[in-house]
Amino acid sequence: MSKPIKVLIAKPGLDGHDRGAITLAMGLRDEGMEVIYTGLRQTAENIVRTCSQEYVDVLGLSLLSGGHNYYFPKIIDLLKENGMGHVLVLAGGIIPNEDRKSLKEKGIKEIFGPGTPISEIADFIRKNIKGEDS
Amino acid sequence: MKQDVDKLIAGAFSGDESSLGCLLTMVENDDASVSRILEAVSSKLGRAYRIGITGSPGSGKSTLIDKLVAAMRSKGLTVGVICVDPSSPITGGAVLGDRIRMEQHYSDDGVFIRSMASRGSYGGISKAVGAAVDIFDASGKDVVVIETVGIGQEGIDITKIVDTTLLVLAPGWGDSMQLMKAGVLEVADIIVINKADLGGDGLADSIREILALSTRKSAPPVIQTQAFNNIGIDDLYRELENRRNEHHHKAKER
Ligand SMILES: Nc1nc2c(ncn2[C@@H]2O[C@H](COP(=O)(O)OP(=O)(O)O)[C@@H](O)[C@H]2O)c(=O)[nH]1
Ligand SMILES: [Mg+2]
Repeated sequence: MSKPIKVLIAKPGLDGHDRGAITLAMGLRDEGMEVIYTGLRQTAENIVRTCSQEYVDVLGLSLLSGGHNYYFPKIIDLLKENGMGHVLVLAGGIIPNEDRKSLKEKGIKEIFGPGTPISEIADFIRKNIKGEDS
Repeated sequence: MKQDVDKLIAGAFSGDESSLGCLLTMVENDDASVSRILEAVSSKLGRAYRIGITGSPGSGKSTLIDKLVAAMRSKGLTVGVICVDPSSPITGGAVLGDRIRMEQHYSDDGVFIRSMASRGSYGGISKAVGAAVDIFDASGKDVVVIETVGIGQEGIDITKIVDTTLLVLAPGWGDSMQLMKAGVLEVADIIVINKADLGGDGLADSIREILALSTRKSAPPVIQTQAFNNIGIDDLYRELENRRNEHHHKAKER
């Protein structure tokens, strides 16, 4: 039996909405993945701790309200510090073009805009997880 | 996995969470190193008190665990929590949503929460869950709590790897006929009627009637709680604490 890919969907920052995150969680479940959702307004530290405890393959960060230039690099650094540097980190939400390049350089593997089909995200995950570990 | 398993074991035993998380994934995936892990674990077993919590979906098990863990932490006990949710039989995927009820513990170093999908067979997962419990035990947790869903065979399976089993039911769930079919009623050590704010007396009466008709030697206590109002948790915790003391007593005699 192949091992399911384990994904954490997390929302740092002050957003009050998680419909998008929940839709994504359910969509990735339908793609055969094991998905954990931890709720709104998580700190970078707590998100990374959950990654360690759950030992996820993928971290999907969703942020609508700005703050990505603060949260995303911090999370990437904390992952590395905590022995979780291998996690595939993806971002979703509204992220201005001028910030994309620096976030990708920092280690965000891909940024998906609102309305990206879930199958596209799932394919990206499968392609980028395979070959690394299994 | 590419990591060195001995290094992971040493890391897990010295409190490194990603090492512990990785070991849990290895037993879940039935990795080639599992026997090595279990061997390392076996010499350090026996300290943790193991509680299984099962019951109908939505009865409030995760919320109850959240409150029980708070009580345990206030006594200085460290806790490992394992939450098992069903995998979709169609796609094999799962949404693991228990953790979200335990948010107050996310930043507490004394609490380690791990979600696991049942991956098809409960018989199969119980092996991985059993190993995961042992790993928590060996890594020094005082208490290990396991949440599973089910009042039939799935619920009974969990009783085999724990010291104490709680069955959690809520008013509005089922009737006497369903209760009679609930195999866990015959093996549970404590029965919890959560959501007592919705009126738990009727269900409590039905349960007592059915227990009186069963072949059990002694009837388990029936405790009413309101997990999200933090009511009845003290009574339940006291009951668990008594059993934990007995457990340690027995462990010493062994
Ligand atoms: N009315 C009422 N609802 C509760 C109580 N405890 C938990 N709940 C709610 O029941 C729902 C399911 O709770 P959860 O802990 O996820 O149940 P589980 O599926 O058994 O783990 C949530 O919406 C909780 O807020 C309670 O004591 N009374
Ligand atoms: Mg639950």
